[in-house]
Amino acid sequence: MAVEIVESCVNCWACAPLCPNNAIVAAQPHFLVDDEKCTECLGDFAAPQCVAICPIEGAIVNEWNEAMNPPGSLTGIPPARWAAVQAEIAAR
Amino acid sequence: MLKEEQIHFAENTVDLPVIVKPAAPAPTGGCSAASCGSAASQLSGLPDEIRRRVQDHPCYSEEAHHHFARMHAAVAPACNIQCHYCNRKYDCANESRPGVVSELLTPEQAVMKTLAVAAAIPQMSVLGIAGPGDPLANPARTFATFRMLAEKAPDLKLCVSTNGLALPACVEELAKHNIDHVTITINCIDPDVGAKIYPWIFWENKRIHGREAAAILIEQQQRGLEMLVARGILVKVNSVMIPGVNDRHLQEVSRIVKAKGAFLHNVMPLIAEAEHGTFYGVMGQRSPTAAELKALQDACAGDMNMMRHCRQCRADAVGLLGEDRGAEFTMDKVAAMEIDHEAAMARRLALRAKVAAELEAKRAARHGADSAHGAPAVPQVITLQRPAQAAPGRAALMAVASKGGGVINEHFGHAREFLIYEAAAAGAKLVGTRKTDLYCAGNDGCGDGETVLARTIRALEGCEAVLCARIGFEPWGQLEAAGIKPNGEHALEAIEDAVMAVWREMLAAGKLDAPTAAKRRA
Ligand code: SF4
Ligand code: SF4
Ligand code: SF4
Repeated sequence: MAVEIVESCVNCWACAPLCPNNAIVAAQPHFLVDDEKCTECLGDFAAPQCVAICPIEGAIVNEWNEAMNPPGSLTGIPPARWAAVQAEIAAR
Repeated sequence: MLKEEQIHFAENTVDLPVIVKPAAPAPTGGCSAASCGSAASQLSGLPDEIRRRVQDHPCYSEEAHHHFARMHAAVAPACNIQCHYCNRKYDCANESRPGVVSELLTPEQAVMKTLAVAAAIPQMSVLGIAGPGDPLANPARTFATFRMLAEKAPDLKLCVSTNGLALPACVEELAKHNIDHVTITINCIDPDVGAKIYPWIFWENKRIHGREAAAILIEQQQRGLEMLVARGILVKVNSVMIPGVNDRHLQEVSRIVKAKGAFLHNVMPLIAEAEHGTFYGVMGQRSPTAAELKALQDACAGDMNMMRHCRQCRADAVGLLGEDRGAEFTMDKVAAMEIDHEAAMARRLALRAKVAAELEAKRAARHGADSAHGAPAVPQVITLQRPAQAAPGRAALMAVASKGGGVINEHFGHAREFLIYEAAAAGAKLVGTRKTDLYCAGNDGCGDGETVLARTIRALEGCEAVLCARIGFEPWGQLEAAGIKPNGEHALEAIEDAVMAVWREMLAAGKLDAPTAAKRRA
């Protein structure tokens, strides 16, 4: 049982000091979770701490590879709106 | 897109008590600075004690910002809240140097870089930490930097700016590090407004959303403000003006933070473009126009000292405000420098004393010229060319291209921003700055120069003249066509004198006889 940090991580450091198990490594090109150490914060906190502070949707996934902060959940931007605006910018 | 550094930072600071300054000006015969009407400095309305503390601070003092330099060190990447005008993922597309990402520094690197900059640029007087995240969400890195600097360069002022969430918990530590200027970004005092600005905060080990999040943030900001004031730490408040969200509300914010003891309030415009990937950018929230911003600043100015010379500068910006010399001080260049730190500090102190004396002489002169209520207490060393009587003629806005030193010394096409002065019979006063995309960026493909010039002209909306060191033929024609009179005749002259000279020319030419149509209607 462990979370994983994936490539959309922006190396912002917010998560690392919060981890009760020191499981987060400031690696390059992006931070990583040591899956031997990560407990998903069970027994320490009600919510996985890295997931609770991470500002980037999709940067942390669970063991089924699902985004723990899914699109739109942090920014409040509806995913459809995001897609439309990106398409419009690409077309310029 | 606005990032912490740009918002919290447009100015920030801290004043270590060791700065060498001339003795405070003796209060002069019955005329308090505030009642005197010297328009030149927005700090003139402040109590002497506070003015003294900020007078050589480029971010707080309009006079000092022409002469002193500041630098921001990017040591604080993490943030504990989300603002709808910020995106932690993308670098700002409108960055002054596209593609350049803030170089994240360790506290040791930040100290090394600061010392190198302070040795190379003796005007350097302020080191601030403002981001790219929230400095107080990175307390270990932030305070380690301050601790080392206080030891190695005790003449530098240290400052910090914050979103305020972690402020109450940090006040003790801030006081311990002798940081006596803090900037708090306060965009609202009403949680319903806040819910439209902040989607979430991280608080007590949980992510909290919506109105509840805003309420906690607001409470912490206000408590932090009160605690800092109670400890005698200077507090400046920054607000981002978001049309339709908090634009009306900010007058109330201004009133409250003043009542609680903030000494400056700085309202800056929202910057939102779809390509920044921010909530506001993507959702089509518009930015305020220059005129709307000025109207709000004017409305708030009745309440407290507003800062009009603010540039929303980068976290790692180096140099005089509005000028970025960061490229000269990358970590590899800094590591190769050999520096005599003692000599560098002595040079800074000498320069500071000299500039402070010059500013003091200017203030004294202004005071003398204004002393209708008694003999000038100080010999007048600079002749102020201002009409003795309230002469006729309406006020006019003028844009000035300057890269510092208080003189007109920038080429129109090179100006990244313009200082906006309001000239009237009573004198010239700085009322704001307007940013422009550099329209002449050399030959590295700045794209369609035409469009950028048009954008620059739009940024100068409302100005009747633009004063610069030089100006090309093409922009000249287009500016004239837009009703903005280009003027390159006052190159290297002091800004306020030049602005008043142009105003008097306009007056003599009969252009200022009547109030503007709008004013007449009002
Ligand atoms: S879920 Fe908890 S234990 Fe696992 S990496 Fe994140 S903070 Fe550490
Ligand atoms: S908080 Fe998220 S974006 Fe920041 S370092 Fe951790 S995983 Fe990466
Ligand atoms: S407080 Fe955080 S989210 Fe808001 S502007 Fe600063 S870095 Fe961005």
